[in-house]
Amino acid sequence: MTVKTHYEAVIGIECHVELKTRSKMFCACQNEFGGEPNTKVCPVCLALPGALPVANAAAIRHMIRAGLAFGATIPAFSKFDRKNYFYPDMPKDYQISQYDMPLTLGGSVRYWLEDGTLKECKLTRIHLEEDTGKSMHGGGEDGRIAGSSFSLIDFNRAGVPLMECVGEPDLRSAQEAVGYLEALKRTFVQLGVSDVKMEEGSLRCDANVSIRPRGCTELGTKSEIKNMNSFRSVLRAVESEIERQISVLESGGRIVQETRGWDEGQGVTHSMRSKEEAHDYRYFPDPDLVPIEIDASLIEELKKTIPVLPPERFAKYREYGMDAKQATQLVDNSRLADYFDASVAAGAVPQASMNFVLGDLSRLANESGTAVQDSAVTPAALAELVALVEAKTINSKIAKELLERMWGGEGSPKAIVEKEGLGQTSDTGEIERLIDEVLGANEKAAAEYKAGKTNILGFLTGAVMKASRGKANPALVNELLRKKLE
Amino acid sequence: MNDLVKRSAADIARDVGSKRISAREVTEAVLARVDEVDDRLGCYLTRLHELARQQAGRVDERIAAGETLPLAGVPLSIKDNMCLAGTRTTAASKILENWIAPYTATAVQRMLDAGAIPIGKSNLDEFAMGSSCENSALGVTRNPYDLQRVPGGSSGGSAAAVAAFEAAIGLGSDTGGSIREPGAFCNVVGFKPTYGRVSRYGLIAFASSLDQIGPLTRTVEDAALAYDAMSGHDPMDSTSIDRRVDPATSSLREDLKGVRVGIVKEFVTAKLGPEIDALYKRAYAELENLGAELVEVSLPTADYGLATYYLIAPAECSSNLARFDGVRYGLRVDGADVGQMYERTRAAGFGPEVKRRILIGTYALSSGYYDAYYVKAQKARTMFAQDFQRAFERCDLIAAPAASSPAFEFDSKSDPYSMYMMDYYTIPMSLAGLPALSVPCGYAGTPALPMGLQLAAPLFEEPKLLGAAHAYERATGHAAKAELAV
Repeated sequence: MTVKTHYEAVIGIECHVELKTRSKMFCACQNEFGGEPNTKVCPVCLALPGALPVANAAAIRHMIRAGLAFGATIPAFSKFDRKNYFYPDMPKDYQISQYDMPLTLGGSVRYWLEDGTLKECKLTRIHLEEDTGKSMHGGGEDGRIAGSSFSLIDFNRAGVPLMECVGEPDLRSAQEAVGYLEALKRTFVQLGVSDVKMEEGSLRCDANVSIRPRGCTELGTKSEIKNMNSFRSVLRAVESEIERQISVLESGGRIVQETRGWDEGQGVTHSMRSKEEAHDYRYFPDPDLVPIEIDASLIEELKKTIPVLPPERFAKYREYGMDAKQATQLVDNSRLADYFDASVAAGAVPQASMNFVLGDLSRLANESGTAVQDSAVTPAALAELVALVEAKTINSKIAKELLERMWGGEGSPKAIVEKEGLGQTSDTGEIERLIDEVLGANEKAAAEYKAGKTNILGFLTGAVMKASRGKANPALVNELLRKKLE
Repeated sequence: MNDLVKRSAADIARDVGSKRISAREVTEAVLARVDEVDDRLGCYLTRLHELARQQAGRVDERIAAGETLPLAGVPLSIKDNMCLAGTRTTAASKILENWIAPYTATAVQRMLDAGAIPIGKSNLDEFAMGSSCENSALGVTRNPYDLQRVPGGSSGGSAAAVAAFEAAIGLGSDTGGSIREPGAFCNVVGFKPTYGRVSRYGLIAFASSLDQIGPLTRTVEDAALAYDAMSGHDPMDSTSIDRRVDPATSSLREDLKGVRVGIVKEFVTAKLGPEIDALYKRAYAELENLGAELVEVSLPTADYGLATYYLIAPAECSSNLARFDGVRYGLRVDGADVGQMYERTRAAGFGPEVKRRILIGTYALSSGYYDAYYVKAQKARTMFAQDFQRAFERCDLIAAPAASSPAFEFDSKSDPYSMYMMDYYTIPMSLAGLPALSVPCGYAGTPALPMGLQLAAPLFEEPKLLGAAHAYERATGHAAKAELAV
């Protein structure tokens, strides 16, 4: 479905991402998905009278690393604030969050579309807060509050550390929205700060969607879309909302600022007007927690822990000449990408190494069940093999055979080549002798070639290669064969 | 009355520790005293006879095994806003009337670990909000010197229990004067340490940035003993200070030679009437007789103390008390939906003073008023701290009234504001987080009732403070000069 050309969609994504820490944000309870309800709870996350929060230092470090990964500004001073409102799944009836001094400000997310186009979406901020418990409503028809006669609350999730990532409205299509989310996910996974599994709730997102006439710089009225459970939902929901807004405007209506819930089954968004009430959260600094002071040395220390990130890798692989699909495939397998990067660092020509890694090596890995990076083929050995091919010392057929032998543990390809004299023959005299042999044995074919059946050349070339036990330089064979047949 | 009950905590610990008497013996004597007088005094909301006996048995076993317990066999009154596992912990509120705490407050645990015997959970103003104990929703406590008068508040139950020999140490909590004022009214020592010295974990929060647990005792030495046992860093409380605590018991002195005592210019005792004026002038002279040099100091912001406190404390409490919502524990009054349940539960569960403060606090934090009220008050607070810093450049300790009058009659302060005024002298020290105490300094009024001298010291100078108070107490012995009414 396409946006009518005279409208432009403007989309901003707000995500909540659960941090992968051993314990919750403000208590020692286990931070782990699943389990019997209300088993990972304690006085603190149940908000019993007298309980007090103690900040999880690992969560703060993860947050700072995430900020650094996106090029955000990390302030020297940050704090926690209370966000006050009443809801049964929020035990204290306030949420410990961050208001005006978040742990990171600004930054941007580089992402790419399916066709490989690199894009960038700015971030407003990322801050740290705690998650709520989970409610289930029963006795009604469809698990919703309306019509239910009782509710059950599981506090296992209450207090899990949460990153709230607010992106600027730089996205212009549902595809961009998904690209952005995928880049966020890749980076968080690469950093080890979150599993980012939408189906487990460790990533939840809302999309703010508005449209405006193309060329206009003012923002249109936005609606907030909630209840999207997968990246595919996001794609469909955002597209559906863009469509809806266009048709509202086209039929002379006005967009109302509201929250709309995505209905996966019906493929439409519904207004959630009944929940709408302007909340005054009465934010104030949490007096139970001390402010966070971040000095330059901590930032330096954390910077060192940041690996090569997916967008950087993707861009580099594209420069090497990989297509978008290949580059994405490799980026998403970070250990394999590390292997590839190591082979390039050992001197391998990227394009050539890539062909082996994504081709023969991956095939061997699938067949054997051993990952490429765990095999006997070290990145250095691969680099050696690639160098031999590039120098035309061996041809690609020999290279393939060598690779199998290296996989089997035979070690350095250079050593094997020298020992067994597998070096490619580029000796013109020798090749001409072989060509004469082959032509002599295949007069019929030779004649057919001269009569115009030019694709017989392949057969003849193959025969010469065979006669040379694969060692002849195939390009040279081809060239000399042509000459002879003229 | 068995004379055992009149003994100081230091004496009891010494004798039980050296096996001259058993913890069981002391305990039985105190329990008998409770049975004898508490129906008339109402100090305890919950009597812990069984637990006391069990604990006494254990203490005797530990002593027999050779352990040294600084508070061996010392009978302890625990203010009912402190969690003790397995006991009803009510904060003197209907909303927690039947709540059994599943865990124990750190400060309480440290007292028990040191050998103290829990005698009962003592009465208080509901959620520690009040200066007379009249705001308790669950019982009436009477002043042991005059049963028609209040014991003071909010730690009235613990103060009265210690005065009436129903305990040797009472745990209280002080936010704006709630240990010092009832201490003065009941002719006992009431001591509030520096903010952060004693863990707040397990203390039902009223105002997080002001609350502190402290002891009420019959002698300054006992207060020092209790302080040494309960103080020190607690990893469960982010606001507890990780700083070495110098034992106070080794700093008790017999004179005040070389000590400069500041008399606050703005605390014009003449305003309190000729009798009380004379009483305090005599108290200051008594300090001089011990060798102290009296110095005039100024706290220019003193008059703004009440306004500052009555913005900060209600603001924090409005958030701290949100958790009492009928969802997870405590009183629940059903409604047609969650909103109605919240409203009905809190309407029924909270008393008028609690509601008043929640309303004030919510207002002070609300959008449009936050900067003018809450932020302004916090800024003013810094000025209080600076005032004291300047004053302490010219003196080592500050002396002041602990309260503006002796204990008043029940129902005599119907106007909330006149009740708030009872904290006038104690609030400035609370706002600055300073250690401060009240020590008996004589009697005033008809009938003559106890009054207290307040002493305050710079941050972390508890040994200096207790040392000086000890000298004053030993030289003057005011507390011994009156008879209890029970």
